[in-house]
Amino acid sequence: MSLLDRVRALLGDEAVEVAATPDGVPRVAPASPDAVALLLGTAREEGWRVRIEGAGSWLPADAPADLALTTRRLDKIPAIEPQDLSATAEAGIGCDLLRQQLADRGTWLALDPPGLAGRTVGSIVATATAGPLRQGFGPVRDHLLGVTFVTGDGRLVHSGGRVVKNVAGYDLTRLEAGAFGAFGVIVLVHLRLRALPRADQTLALEGSREDLTQVAEDIAAAGIQPAAHELMSPALARRERWLLAVRFAGSAALVAAEEAGLRAATGGRFAALRADEGHSLWMRAAESFATRPVAFRIGGLPDSSDELLDLLQHQVGDEWISASPAIGAIRWGGDATIDRLKRVRRTLAGLEVPLTLERAPWPVRSAVGHFGAYREGVGPLVAGLRRTFDPGEAFVVAAEAAE
Amino acid sequence: MSRDVASLVDTLAEIVGPGHVRTALPERVTYAKDGLPTHRRVPGVVVLPGSRDEVIAVVRLLGALGMPFVPRGAGTGLSGGALADGDAVLIVLTRLNRILKIDARNRLAVVEPGVVNIRLSAAAAPHGLQYTPDPSSQTACTIGGNVAENAGGPHCLKYGVTATHVLALEVALADGRVVELGSPGGEPWGPDLVGLFVGSEGNFGVATRITVRLLPVARAVRTLLADFTSLRTAGEAVSAVIASGIVPAALEMMDQSCIRAVEDSVYAAGYPRDAAAVLLAELDGGHEVAVAADAETIESVLRAHGARSVRVAADAQERERLWLGRKKAFGAMGRLSRDLVVQDAVVPRSTLPDVLETIARIAAEYGLTVSNVFHAGDGNLHPNISFDGRTPGLRERVEAASAEIMATCIAAGGTITGEHGIGLDKLRYMPLLFDGDSLAAMRAVRRVWDPDERVNPGKVVPVHACREWAGTRNAERGTRNARGNARSDFRVATSGLDT
Repeated sequence: MSLLDRVRALLGDEAVEVAATPDGVPRVAPASPDAVALLLGTAREEGWRVRIEGAGSWLPADAPADLALTTRRLDKIPAIEPQDLSATAEAGIGCDLLRQQLADRGTWLALDPPGLAGRTVGSIVATATAGPLRQGFGPVRDHLLGVTFVTGDGRLVHSGGRVVKNVAGYDLTRLEAGAFGAFGVIVLVHLRLRALPRADQTLALEGSREDLTQVAEDIAAAGIQPAAHELMSPALARRERWLLAVRFAGSAALVAAEEAGLRAATGGRFAALRADEGHSLWMRAAESFATRPVAFRIGGLPDSSDELLDLLQHQVGDEWISASPAIGAIRWGGDATIDRLKRVRRTLAGLEVPLTLERAPWPVRSAVGHFGAYREGVGPLVAGLRRTFDPGEAFVVAAEAAE
Repeated sequence: MSRDVASLVDTLAEIVGPGHVRTALPERVTYAKDGLPTHRRVPGVVVLPGSRDEVIAVVRLLGALGMPFVPRGAGTGLSGGALADGDAVLIVLTRLNRILKIDARNRLAVVEPGVVNIRLSAAAAPHGLQYTPDPSSQTACTIGGNVAENAGGPHCLKYGVTATHVLALEVALADGRVVELGSPGGEPWGPDLVGLFVGSEGNFGVATRITVRLLPVARAVRTLLADFTSLRTAGEAVSAVIASGIVPAALEMMDQSCIRAVEDSVYAAGYPRDAAAVLLAELDGGHEVAVAADAETIESVLRAHGARSVRVAADAQERERLWLGRKKAFGAMGRLSRDLVVQDAVVPRSTLPDVLETIARIAAEYGLTVSNVFHAGDGNLHPNISFDGRTPGLRERVEAASAEIMATCIAAGGTITGEHGIGLDKLRYMPLLFDGDSLAAMRAVRRVWDPDERVNPGKVVPVHACREWAGTRNAERGTRNARGNARSDFRVATSGLDT
């Protein structure tokens, strides 16, 4: 029996899209977590190599595989609990749809990941791609209450739960967040929500990078605590010069006080954007990273932000940069050769700064790896975890550079 | 003492100095419990290394001998998590108590695991910074213990639990190899192994160096005390506060039994004794005017949802008094009876009113005194059962009532622990929460770090409930939960004191 016949027999005709992918790899769209488990259990028995896809708008669907498993039909939102500020969503739901339903219930997921608005929740969790709001609300892992995932041999594993505090068992939820699918296909997530902010104000200042870096330091020194505080390159911000954008979100009193504090600390240089202008600025910046072939993030210390930007400018250019100077996080987008990417990772590793490759075509991903330059002793742990969750090496994930 | 044991003790003494190895029974008995009185284990040997290098040397020695060991901080845990059996070595880390670095510019600190929680905030205060996780035991508990348990505290409602604040770790694995996890900026080197390690209850190794995030001390604070004539109304008010969109720094609840215990103690805070419950809400932030406005909003919400009165602390002194009553409530409850079981569970916040009523019914059915003092804003319950363990049959009733309370919380969509951990105490409830595959996955992960399951054996994952997992099936020996695969021919006599 052919692979496709086997899959049809398992999951039904509607789960298979023949020749739907550019490289002709059959795409399979299971409609439930159990169906994902069934498929991967069979993949383990048959030795099939499986690539994981969401909406296909972030990581290119180009990894060589016997079949592509897409989470697109896992698109339900089983629960939104405004009173508990929690929600449960299947991994294949688009962020835009989820956001809309949350807003209808007065709630908000305080994440603004790079990429198109329809990126799936599973993709955001698997790649741990937080956006500028990580300054005020933390990385992706801080928004997760629990996950359900399916291992490479078809086991359904539950971690965490629906409540906002939970230390029952090891925190496999945090392990799954940002593992790029190496430890399993995320099928369901439990999310921590916030009430929709009563006020949401973005202010912006254009200038040279040096000038804005100083302004950013002044803001941090003044104890101002924005929801986002982002230094954007001119191309990313679609301005003539670099842009420092500051966003406040919360109660009206808080936002008014923070805005006043910002003006006092910076001599009133910032211009307040209208709501639609602010929305457009953040959305366009996020989407821009989906238009560049390569994106990576680095995590340094706040006082090294400027030095790290210099380093990136020197080694890979600084056309598409979004940096949170107050927390030392930088996202880079553009095009770069494998050798350049490896070199910048090596250089950064020497400064104790990790580089995570977020997005690239398969030849680059497989040669560079999402991760690399592990610290002492980490490699064997990661390898052991991969063997644990994917004993048959079913998942085609470029966690590390190919040997 | 057998020759094996004498040899081990001699070698340990060579590493840490003879004064830091405890072998006499009366000395070892002092480590037989943690903060939970219902579990008791007397360790075979107790060793107190004084430096990172000594910890690594001790762990390497035990690794070479294949011996089980248990890392322990101040022993303030509430799950029996840091207890060692007679065949295991207890490694007490309280001598590793140095704050290695405070980097005010980058708002981080590097500490040894034995640093007492509150000392770090005190050291950071001159820089206008603080370490926000604040367990009730923060005057005694250690950062290393906090990392092991992923400890919480009242102010974690706004600022997050320990895992939110740990950036990087240096860890000695079971065989003494040293690994570096995470980075000072918080971005992991690869998968988030820091996130996995925090809360692993010592099963993955010993954290020897911990890098944590510091946050600015709030410039403005408002503390409100609201009192209610029914527990249900107080529970409903919690949901209303959360739904208001303003996240208080803390939102704590105490019921009447707890209020009276506090008011009868030296920690009397002026809580109204006739109230069925009080809510202690704290708002903080960087702007006086904004915090004042938010506090007014919360006061209105509380009044609109049944608060009989709302008192706003007039000054820092009154605020400290209100908090002292809350923080010392567990101690005050010692007045109620000889023994106290501090329980820990979490429920969705909207279910608090129903769950609190059910807990009261369970207490009545079992004829027990249950006092509630807890992190209401997180739905993190602490039903505390006061009893006299000498009364025949009472311990069994306490156990049965605890089990019913846990089942109630799970049925409400909650979990069996929010901050105290599984340890020994909650092991039996894990299969109620997780299926065999999920438990087996946890065990398999543990074996990646510690293939022989020698570090803190018998905790967190109930081995009997795990489904078979590739990689563990051949090593499985059908051993009882307390063993794992570690060598077990070493045991120091305890004169029958083990329970």
